[in-house]
Amino acid sequence: MKILVTVAEVATVDDEFEIDGTEIADQYLNADLNEWDDYAIEEAVQLQEGGVADEVVTVTIGPEESEQTIRQALAKGADRAIRVWDESLEGVDLLDVRAKTEILKAVVAEEEPDLILSGVQTGDDSWMATGVSLAESLDFQWSAVVNDLDHDLEDGTASVRRELEGGVEELSEVDLPAVLTIQTGINEPRYASLRGIRQAQRKPLDAKTLDDIGVDAGVVDGSLELTDMYEPESESDATVWEGSAEETAGELAEMLREKGVTA
Amino acid sequence: MTDVLAIADHRRGELRPVSYELATAGRELADETGGDLHLAVISGAVDEFGEKLAREGVDVVHTVADGEEFNHDVYVQAIEQLVDTIDPQYVLVPNSVNGLDYAPAVAGRLDLSIVTDVVDLAVDGDSLIATREMYGGKVETTTELDAGTALATIREGEWPEAEGTADASIEAFDAEIDEDAVGSTVTGFEEVAGGDVDISEADLLVSIGRGIEEEENLDLIRDLVDALDATLSSSRPIVDNGWLPANRQVGQSGKVVTPDVYIAIGISGAVQHVAGMKGSDTIVAINTDPNAPIMDIADYAIHDDLFDVVPALIEEFQ
Ligand SMILES: Cc1cc2nc3c(=O)[nH]c(=O)nc-3n(C[C@H](O)[C@H](O)[C@H](O)COP(=O)(O)OP(=O)(O)OC[C@H]3O[C@@H](n4cnc5c(N)ncnc54)[C@H](O)[C@@H]3O)c2cc1C
Ligand SMILES: Nc1ncnc2c1ncn2[C@@H]1O[C@H](COP(=O)(O)O)[C@@H](O)[C@H]1O
Repeated sequence: MKILVTVAEVATVDDEFEIDGTEIADQYLNADLNEWDDYAIEEAVQLQEGGVADEVVTVTIGPEESEQTIRQALAKGADRAIRVWDESLEGVDLLDVRAKTEILKAVVAEEEPDLILSGVQTGDDSWMATGVSLAESLDFQWSAVVNDLDHDLEDGTASVRRELEGGVEELSEVDLPAVLTIQTGINEPRYASLRGIRQAQRKPLDAKTLDDIGVDAGVVDGSLELTDMYEPESESDATVWEGSAEETAGELAEMLREKGVTA
Repeated sequence: MTDVLAIADHRRGELRPVSYELATAGRELADETGGDLHLAVISGAVDEFGEKLAREGVDVVHTVADGEEFNHDVYVQAIEQLVDTIDPQYVLVPNSVNGLDYAPAVAGRLDLSIVTDVVDLAVDGDSLIATREMYGGKVETTTELDAGTALATIREGEWPEAEGTADASIEAFDAEIDEDAVGSTVTGFEEVAGGDVDISEADLLVSIGRGIEEEENLDLIRDLVDALDATLSSSRPIVDNGWLPANRQVGQSGKVVTPDVYIAIGISGAVQHVAGMKGSDTIVAINTDPNAPIMDIADYAIHDDLFDVVPALIEEFQ
């Protein structure tokens, strides 16, 4: 069985930052492996270690700089990686779900995996939609927000738990091939070992353009446009205690005592 | 093609409150497009649900009586046929876990643009203007969709619930469900997070988030909990890391808590966390980031390092 993991590099923002047009200025952004995808990679690698999968391939839509993040996935145990990027993606502020779907779909057509693991969401765009959209476009089955996957997949179905609201979980069976969107907490993502990091340098990482995978560059001119970005107006009417830690802790203690906390 | 179609959310025999929020959001949108608001409810006790959904602002309720519990394949097929019949301009879906399990597929199937987790919607000429957050709530953005028909998922708790009753017509919609296209089966439900403590019973919660950095540092928080005779809870990453059991998690997928005092330490205040604690009487936030979203709902705030403030607070109660 072959598993494809969709791996996004995401940007996290410094506490203090500035907005430049419809973007956060570069110097306040830090690149990181998307948290949800870290769990998806771990799940795939565990399936391989358990003898269920024979190959784990990652796919990322990202510029050359994202290769550092992709190498992290390789260092954690993925066998090889595909990175898709194109001039036409260069200036795009926000890639919409349709564009991501079209691009990933073309890679799936080449790779023909039995199972695709994606994350519930990207930490920056947070569309929460790419995995299910991809499944539909491929005519695959799917399951969203999965926090448990039965490792016995050889019979062509996946037994999954979907995490609903309020501490309720749904148990369901999904036919393969399928896309599962993985929720945090499903496993304990490993840290890459030094050996893993060394090996990752030698693992194949193929860079492809949209042309290479037969996707029209027009896919990025979606019907959706980011028109404004701003810091949300603070609705805070909090009383802010200032001063040294002793002073602020003293204020908090006084408030708690007024509320009857006497311990 | 000016109508709005919204899809209700229900689970295990109960409509979820977001269904009524959709009625409000859908009405606002339909007022802008100058169309009708259609609310559809699919699977389960649809007759009973249909009656309940006929609230102020709703023009037509469509009941689709296929299946008991949520199944995304049934939803996708039913919505496809509803859209064919009603020909709406906009489709609204809750940004719930189940909404996210079918909305992207509906959009794909019908070739609609999709925008998710929106907190505000407006219409400008032919365009839909959606407001949503990015970067974990650090910024808000507006996105313009000039697609004609579009699908939006709305964040729970952003619109008030529609009240009252309307003389909406309630119509049974006869969807043809192709059973062969149903590739997943729900086999059951389980409640998690039982166990030794019920954090929703506590009057004073000390809640810890990723700001604690290391598992060993939790001892500091346990000392504070002891000093205050409080109960310990946490945000999700702490539970994901296995540092605390699932029954300590506050939030959308954990417990909803309403203590007298909730002290959020090193918690940013992501929407899924806030969903579980915004009803607390008094909220205190201790966070190095003065712009963290938790500050929006805090009554008292300390913009400082928890590793300085917490020891000082323990000191106060010894
Ligand atoms: C479907 C779904 C369901 C979810 N359900 C839940 C849920 O039920 N509950 C939940 O909590 N989350 C849930 N989440 C996750 C949620 O989106 C956030 O990722 C999570 O709440 C973040 O936790 P946090 O605030 O502890 O961490 P972060 O967002 O990383 O915040 C850490 C905070 O600590 C502060 N900090 C760092 N160091 C210090 C210091 N030394 N002193 C003081 N402050 C410091 C930082 O400024 C930051 O604000 C869910 C997500 C999804 C997609
Ligand atoms: N640029 C990308 N490259 C590869 N995979 C992605 C990319 N963006 C999103 N994904 C995948 O889709 C999931 C959901 O992302 P989103 O729908 O953007 O919230 C992520 O967890 C990834 O697994």
